[in-house]
Amino acid sequence: MLCHECKQKQATVHMTKIINGHKSERHLCEDCAKQQEDFTGISPFSVNDLIASFMDLSSSHSAFTDNRRVKCPVCNMDYYEFKKSGLFGCRECYKQFSKELAPILRKIQGSTEHSGKIPKRSGTDIFLRRQIRSLKEDLKKAVQAEAFEEAARLRDQIRELEKPQRAGGEE
Amino acid sequence: MSWIDEKGPNNDIVLSSRIRLARNISDYPFPPVIGEDQAQEIISMVKAGLDLEFMDGEDNFDLLRIKDLSPIDRQVLVERHLASRDLMKQAKISALFVNEDQLVTIMVNEEDHIRLQGILPGFQLFEAWEMLDQIDDIVEGRLDYCFDSRLGYLTTCPTNVGTGLRASVMMHLPALTATKQITPVLQTISKIGLTARGLYGEGSEALGNIYQISNQITLGPSEEDIINNLLVASQRIFERERQAQEALLKVKGSQLEDVLWRALGTLSHARLLDLKEFMSLLSQLRLGVGLGMFSGIRVEDVNDLMILGQAGALKKRAQSNLDRDQISSARAKAVRAKIRAIMDK
Repeated sequence: MLCHECKQKQATVHMTKIINGHKSERHLCEDCAKQQEDFTGISPFSVNDLIASFMDLSSSHSAFTDNRRVKCPVCNMDYYEFKKSGLFGCRECYKQFSKELAPILRKIQGSTEHSGKIPKRSGTDIFLRRQIRSLKEDLKKAVQAEAFEEAARLRDQIRELEKPQRAGGEE
Repeated sequence: MSWIDEKGPNNDIVLSSRIRLARNISDYPFPPVIGEDQAQEIISMVKAGLDLEFMDGEDNFDLLRIKDLSPIDRQVLVERHLASRDLMKQAKISALFVNEDQLVTIMVNEEDHIRLQGILPGFQLFEAWEMLDQIDDIVEGRLDYCFDSRLGYLTTCPTNVGTGLRASVMMHLPALTATKQITPVLQTISKIGLTARGLYGEGSEALGNIYQISNQITLGPSEEDIINNLLVASQRIFERERQAQEALLKVKGSQLEDVLWRALGTLSHARLLDLKEFMSLLSQLRLGVGLGMFSGIRVEDVNDLMILGQAGALKKRAQSNLDRDQISSARAKAVRAKIRAIMDK
């Protein structure tokens, strides 16, 4: 059967519409079908749909249902809007929706902790903190292994790194 | 110059390597809810940062405000992979910076405030990353990025949070497709956090046997680990494709040769070419070039053909809006002329 629209190519998409008991059929080739808005059935899959489906999965969670009406105080984004688009409105949304976000991140990303590049301007503290954290882990291991000389060296190193942070007064 | 006409390693199978970084500026609402004035401020901030660094004119970036571009010019930018369709959809607030050699572009106010993109021919993922990492530092020089010590770079969509990095390799896989090995290959890569899409990104089909393979995960592993994971997997796919091509040639040598020469024949003489047929003929031409069958044609010529045969490029050349039949005719004409020029060289 040839496409009803262009009458050139083989019809490969067949649509049956029933509106108020009145049945109509259309047979189109793939190219013409793409230009028909009726054929929402072949709309492309998007990542945002994926997020929406994960949010549905986590909505049985009781803590989550309580937070449904939470709005981001900065940009006014609410849960429904986020769920619909999969997009946040500002950086504050990450804090406001952190409870809802955690299971999504675990499912989509498999992790909840960044270990890559740190911006140079705002990142110096973070870099320091990360370094201190890793030294503290080494220290713990050294203590467990009773390598006390190594542990003392690590402890001094940590103290040294912690100095400028204390001076700044912030965590 | 650009990824299209520059020679890259193994670029008969690996068309290009691309890195994209998503960044947002602190204290501004993300593009989905931003006002027009604030959007303009962001464009100015990015411009100021770039101007300061590249004052002497080298590596200069051109600023294109999308609202000032004609629909045809917008389409051409998308076809050349310099900008995305989403950027064009919000023309009121969006802009594009393109550097001179078209290897680096910066989309402003697409899904995120800033999307840096570096694209190189062939397998050059780490080279593209190094190039982009530097530009990222330069752009950051004048502004504060949204960054969280635990979650990393904060992006509009949580599927990009962390590194904000999307690395992708555009691959031409005709033999894996023809021998139906492509489905298991694509299933396997999805198990290691990678995903495959068609030529023009999310939701587009694999026209002309071209697939974009990219990382799905952006949070957790470092940039180097993400890129390395993609590189290792795509190198394996590359080897499999080469093997499948050699096997096809061995088993169906004369038939394959016939099909590929006929493709060149059709491209050289057809009077009407629709996009699908065109892309599938180009795939055969590219395969023939890769197998050393057509000595006068280079892979870069095939890339040129692919870009000049896209609808936007054809409209641009005709300086008018063509309908579908006119495009098919213009495409066939442009392709014939180009092939003649290549053969005469």
